[in-house]
Amino acid sequence: MSLLRSCFERLATEDKKALIPFVTAGDPQPDFTVELMHEMVEAGANIIELGVPFSDPMADGPVIQAADERALSHDVSLEDVLSMVALFRQQDTQTPVVLMGYLNPIEMMGYARFTQRAAEVGVDGVLVLDMPPEEAGELAPMLEASQIDLIYLIAPTTDRERIRLISKNASGFLYYVSLKGVTGANTLDLDAVAQKLVEIRAISDLPVGVGFGIKDGVSAQAVARIADAVVVGSALVNQIAMSEHDHQQIKSSIKAILSEMRSMMDMSSEHAA
Amino acid sequence: MSTLVKESIDDYNQYPDSKGHFGQYGGIFVAETLMGPLRELREAYEKYRKDPDFWAEYDFDLKHFVGRPSPLFFATRLTQKIGGAQIWLKREDLNHTGAHKINNAIGQALLAKRMGKTRIIAETGAGMHGVASATVAARLGLECIVYMGAEDIKRQEANVYRMRLLGAEVVAVHSGSKTLKDALNEAMRDWVTNIDNTYYIIGTVAGPHPYPAMVRDFQTIIGRECRAQILEQAGRLPDVLVACVGGGSNAIGLFHDFLNDPQTAMYGVEGAGDGIETGRHAAPLAAGSPGVLHGNRTYLMSDKAGQIIEPFCISAGLDYPGVGPEHAWLKETGRVQYKTITDTEAVAAFHDLTRIEGIIPALESAHAVAYAQKLARDMDENKIIVVNLSGRGDKDMHTVAAREGMEI
Repeated sequence: MSLLRSCFERLATEDKKALIPFVTAGDPQPDFTVELMHEMVEAGANIIELGVPFSDPMADGPVIQAADERALSHDVSLEDVLSMVALFRQQDTQTPVVLMGYLNPIEMMGYARFTQRAAEVGVDGVLVLDMPPEEAGELAPMLEASQIDLIYLIAPTTDRERIRLISKNASGFLYYVSLKGVTGANTLDLDAVAQKLVEIRAISDLPVGVGFGIKDGVSAQAVARIADAVVVGSALVNQIAMSEHDHQQIKSSIKAILSEMRSMMDMSSEHAA
Repeated sequence: MSTLVKESIDDYNQYPDSKGHFGQYGGIFVAETLMGPLRELREAYEKYRKDPDFWAEYDFDLKHFVGRPSPLFFATRLTQKIGGAQIWLKREDLNHTGAHKINNAIGQALLAKRMGKTRIIAETGAGMHGVASATVAARLGLECIVYMGAEDIKRQEANVYRMRLLGAEVVAVHSGSKTLKDALNEAMRDWVTNIDNTYYIIGTVAGPHPYPAMVRDFQTIIGRECRAQILEQAGRLPDVLVACVGGGSNAIGLFHDFLNDPQTAMYGVEGAGDGIETGRHAAPLAAGSPGVLHGNRTYLMSDKAGQIIEPFCISAGLDYPGVGPEHAWLKETGRVQYKTITDTEAVAAFHDLTRIEGIIPALESAHAVAYAQKLARDMDENKIIVVNLSGRGDKDMHTVAAREGMEI
């Protein structure tokens, strides 16, 4: 069983929802990422989503693009990101790690080599933003053979037919992006999200995470009531941007956000129970 | 990624396939948020491309608003000076707004209007596609936002002013390298955020399906006219076609109607900048490798870690790190040869055409003129070369002057 699946199953028995922080690997400095990953697990993260920096992050907003630029100023490559995961795994063999990024770095490394290295270092899931299932014909079977989950986005504009196609091709969990637009955008319409989740769950048994627009304990709690996982990215990356040269400050502010989310999310499930 | 199978192609009009693939190139490589809008666009285009009324409106605007057909002009004095094959020029520089870009902008804006969109957005590098989009927006009464890299805005002040005069909002893009590719990223972001009322006019034969095929279809008027004109004026098909290639829309526009004619050879000319060997160039086909960017698989300039490299070329319109996927495929099938011309060679051709024929070409088009001169030298006098003179050089005055130590 994949780490992602067992993680969601364990949380379900505890009546808890997954908290999934996202940071860009190598932001603001490459040697800080693994330390930050451990810190986030300690603050209550269940799964870590690690962004692979790319020069042209079309699906991301300005906050994540700036993070990618900070990481790329240190030449952080996909190889480097894989090495960070390997280092993380020396101390933590339980927390699933998902890589999120764009296809070109994987193409340049080669699908076979990427899959092999990702499996070696202990990557559990991959989300390639610019690779819809229609274009995944070669990479998907390789990842599957190496028991790496392939995660896909579902958007508000994804119709029933496509939800079927995506859930047939996805594993690990589905990632519902709750807004039209790019990462880091502002408002969150909970009723619309809840409605879409009903539609998704009628089609797929996979756990559903919700991301885009979640920035504090209150919004995390609200989303945890309706989804299986809460993904938080730009709110954390903002903290990195504000204290680029102060690792202690970054750690404490990210820890504060995640701890608050964790406790409010757990309150939510106790309340619901 | 699959190993290349050399296919034998009977009919180039059968491409791309229904998923937008030209062989292993093209396709739809975008985030899920864009899949819905792209399907809406595909369905609308499929509907209207079969609608004679749509094409009648397009033809009417090309004739009365753009001034088509553009002439096919035999450059006799340049031909004499070279002393080889005949050099003919397809005069896209004489179009309204000064380049071939307007053909596509009109087609897509008419489509936008039929789709009920009230707001159009566009990306631009040198500003020609931005000006074309702002122009048709003004004509059709649509709101227009043009994304332009902050660096390009500094280099192309006159075009920025033209767009603003036409009523467009020009948004400076400060992310990444602050040039064309970043403007494209930003336009895509605008589109996913405002899909309900917004149409995104991509300016070249790149991007996700259906853009490469659709922009091509709106530019093939160049080749169709050229075929009729050369048959009328010379009594036969050309031996060689030459066009510059940035994203590749003017080249596809000229080439496409001749792809099934094996007697006509074709050359796409990329910008070699300071020279391929210096690394400072804009030649993904000549010196890049296949990868995925801006929604399609094609040849790219990227480093070994897969990060996109900023291109370098005197001509802003050739300054793009990718190229339309159909060109990637035409390269691999061998149907079109892709060559390069340096900044120095392009500027020399710019002067030649200006002095010898009284035609000031865009620096982009000057790359094609330069390569045609090289070819003509070694060919017989009865051979015919047609060069796509894709734009006029007014916008490049200050660039050439500055390079030669003058300030204007």
